[in-house]
Amino acid sequence: MRFAAKKVYSRIPLPVRPGTCTLQVRDLGVTLEEDTILHDVTFQLNCREIVALIGPNGAGKSSLFRSVLGQIPYEGSIQFMLAGGHPSRPRIGYVPQSPSFDRGYPISVLDFFAAAISRWPVFLPVPRDLRERVVECLSRVHGQGLLDKRIGALSGGELQRVLLALALEPIPQILILDEPLSGVDVGGEHLLLEMLDEIRQKYDLSILFSTHDFSTLRHYADKVILLQQTILKQGAPKEVLGSPEFQSVFHLNLGDEEGGGKA
Amino acid sequence: MSFWYWLVSFLPFEWAAPGTMLFMKNALLGVLVITPLFGLLSTMVVESRMAFFSDALGHSAFTGMAIGALCGLSQPVWAAVVFAVVIAFLFTLVRQKTRMASDTAISVFSSAAVALGIFLSTLGGQSFTKFNTLLIGDILSVAPREIGLLAVILVLLVVLWATSFNSMMLSSVHQALADSRGIRVVWKSFLFTAAIAVVVTVTMSWVGLLVINALLVLPGAAARNIARNLSQYHLIAILGGLVCGVGGLLLSYYVGASAGASITLLLAVWFFVTLLLRGKQ
Repeated sequence: MRFAAKKVYSRIPLPVRPGTCTLQVRDLGVTLEEDTILHDVTFQLNCREIVALIGPNGAGKSSLFRSVLGQIPYEGSIQFMLAGGHPSRPRIGYVPQSPSFDRGYPISVLDFFAAAISRWPVFLPVPRDLRERVVECLSRVHGQGLLDKRIGALSGGELQRVLLALALEPIPQILILDEPLSGVDVGGEHLLLEMLDEIRQKYDLSILFSTHDFSTLRHYADKVILLQQTILKQGAPKEVLGSPEFQSVFHLNLGDEEGGGKA
Repeated sequence: MSFWYWLVSFLPFEWAAPGTMLFMKNALLGVLVITPLFGLLSTMVVESRMAFFSDALGHSAFTGMAIGALCGLSQPVWAAVVFAVVIAFLFTLVRQKTRMASDTAISVFSSAAVALGIFLSTLGGQSFTKFNTLLIGDILSVAPREIGLLAVILVLLVVLWATSFNSMMLSSVHQALADSRGIRVVWKSFLFTAAIAVVVTVTMSWVGLLVINALLVLPGAAARNIARNLSQYHLIAILGGLVCGVGGLLLSYYVGASAGASITLLLAVWFFVTLLLRGKQ
């Protein structure tokens, strides 16, 4: 926990840089077997922005991600613009919702990583240069020490960091994380969010993540999107969390200033 | 083969003397070829949770054998290989479509296949006795040609592993991640399943249908108890299989029991030893 000593809520204010890259989603609709999963979803994700996607289960968060990733058919348009305004195909790093790994599987972080980023068949001992490359990738999430651990022995936060490091190889322009905070304890949560903050500044990328944990949003998200089949409300965290739409979707009355805890 | 016989003659066993007991020498070579094969397959069988599935494949291999015999083929094993590959293809399809290893569905397949096999082989009041060797296995039946076939399969499997292991492993541990990186393994997992089908079918008459699945599960299951990464996992699975295979063969020779059963028993002992070793770690 090397970050625990640091002040947890510190954040460097972002310089406003007009004209940088954007992801523009317009009138997005997804229909699956005649069920409307998403309709009329329009939002923009700017470079270096952290946007949190919230909504109840079945609101269409994963479908939104999969549309952006190009894994499912959709209506409407999803366009990525480079800094000069040129449309381009974005490089997207994706951190899927972390599954429960079989704890007994003898696969090390090195094996897992090497299998994903190289052609070297990992049932053979991993050669030194590949090992060094994996160390370099892991160091982006301060995870060098996890190299020889078994995947099944990692904590929730450690696993998320490994998956994050994997999504950062190669460095993407957009980073998408599906429920990165589920299964992560409070200390791990802040560590992870600090890391996302650091990453978007260092690599100049935008981050879109879904979460059920509203307590951290005010400190780490630039924008919050409340989704339930369509966008009910989007804007600054304070604005969205204090809105009547938010309260009616989650059937709660948030009395406290901090914006509530886990839903 | 003569090179092999010459090589074996250096071993300090009475049966290793030149010009005698060729079946034992064939069996030894057979074991040396099949145990690495089973070792490689077993890690993937265990991790993909296909233990029960591979058992069912073995059962359908028996049915294929019965069909081959019914058609009057002199080498029903080839009919069985074809039949098992077809079943393997259907299984892979079902697995991909439903994305689950439904033990109920597998059980239905498996028992239907065995029932069909018994039905066909006993049709018209035939005696089932001639199929007993398939159930218990007869190491004497190892033929050089079959060893050659299995050696070819071993080479093919190593090639498949070298090119496809990473993607198959990733999709078995993390489907969503594999999807997002554009990894598709339908054909690779079919080839893998077909390899199991062929290996099981060809070795069934040596090892015995009743215990053959142990060879596909135990080396991997034992290795996973003590391995810390994938290369250790494979090394231990292959070496464990090899040692127990040769040991079981020798044991069966000196005490006069079924070789398949002897090998399986040694593997089971090895499994419990690794379990104890894990407890100590």
